[in-house]
Amino acid sequence: MYAQLVKSEGMKSAAELSPEERAFQERIDRGEKIEPKEWMPEGYRKTLIRQVGQHAHSEIVGQLPEGNWITRAPTLERKAILLAKVQDEAGHGLYLYCAAETLGVSRDQLLAKLHDGSMKYSSIFNYPTLNWADIGAVGWLVDGAAIMNQVQLQKTSYGPYSRAMIRICKEESFHQRQGYDIMMKMAQGTAEQKAMAQDALDRFWYPALMMFGPSDKDSVHSAQSMAWKIKINTNDELRQKFVDQTVPQAEYLGLKIPDPNLKWNEEKKGYDFSEPDWSEFFEVIAGNGPCNKERLGARVKAWEDGAWFRDGLLAHAEKAEARRAAARVAAE
Amino acid sequence: MSSEWPLWEVFIRGQHGLNHRHVGSLHAPDAELAIKNARDVYTRRNEGVSIWVVKSVDITASSPSDKGPLFEPSNSKVYRHPTFFQIPEEVGHM
Ligand SMILES: [Fe+2]
Ligand SMILES: [Fe+2]
Ligand SMILES: [Fe+2]
Repeated sequence: MYAQLVKSEGMKSAAELSPEERAFQERIDRGEKIEPKEWMPEGYRKTLIRQVGQHAHSEIVGQLPEGNWITRAPTLERKAILLAKVQDEAGHGLYLYCAAETLGVSRDQLLAKLHDGSMKYSSIFNYPTLNWADIGAVGWLVDGAAIMNQVQLQKTSYGPYSRAMIRICKEESFHQRQGYDIMMKMAQGTAEQKAMAQDALDRFWYPALMMFGPSDKDSVHSAQSMAWKIKINTNDELRQKFVDQTVPQAEYLGLKIPDPNLKWNEEKKGYDFSEPDWSEFFEVIAGNGPCNKERLGARVKAWEDGAWFRDGLLAHAEKAEARRAAARVAAE
Repeated sequence: MSSEWPLWEVFIRGQHGLNHRHVGSLHAPDAELAIKNARDVYTRRNEGVSIWVVKSVDITASSPSDKGPLFEPSNSKVYRHPTFFQIPEEVGHM
């Protein structure tokens, strides 16, 4: 999902657990939250840093495809809404970096790993936003898929991560609704507008399905993460839920999901659907998607171009502090 | 490589009459900007009427491993709770 391929540590059997590890697992099984500074297995801490960090990076990089349309939004109202939405995503990134920092890593360290490519962000943000309906599709499908993932993560075992998720979930439904609102306008507009909406759905459908990560049978890291309640539902469970929720919404819009195999399955009370092209997914993750270079390039440039500014403010703060200290001494 | 801005813990009073509550942390070069950043990060939907920020390094916290000895003494003092005492019904509400 926002953290699609998080490497977890090997799963230990109950007999292999040390007394500390067993007590830790029992706390998790009882539904207790783990808080910063409390004892935790090194693997739990490392897996969480990877997952929360990747989630944070996704929020930040995720601003880029939508930011592309802020100056081109069709009305002033749409522009203000999009600006607020993109600003929320910056906030989400910050809540998550703040949660990751309680695990003993600094935000700058995480950013350095994003910039050198050793940490990833969600594959979805490596696709371009080509027409205005794409902004609708992103809100509707991408935020929709993100919500599906984040709602279950509110119950995650690590306190700061869980609290960040609760806060984020409160803000997300505005994101999805504003996207669907754009889709409704476009789908009920002129023939050209409707064609743009269909085109956006056609391009974003499979990348949105990929957001949940590889199929459970190929997802090697899930078992330990689920035992630790770092992950609550499996990739395929969430993907199924997402499809079941989205199909009727597409029908309401009068748009067609680009999948000839999509069919209601009465037995499982859900839709059958085609898997996305997983080779494309692994290519995008490996850095070869349509916009990987542009996205990462934009982040690195922003970081480097901002260095003088960050340094300047810190120098100013240090000088002001020195002046205050001198004044205190003089007053004594 | 520039050095990292210090980390600040953010406390927000959600409504008049309530205590400030810890909501998270953020980085800022000084207290003044920490307040401004906290406004943007933690109160985009009117979640607050007042903000406190304090440098994370200035917080002293009880240690999780002391949880037992630190809080145990209050466990045995059940008489601190009003339900410990049986008051006859005739006496009425107390
Ligand atoms: Fe978000
Ligand atoms: Fe969002
Ligand atoms: Fe998002």
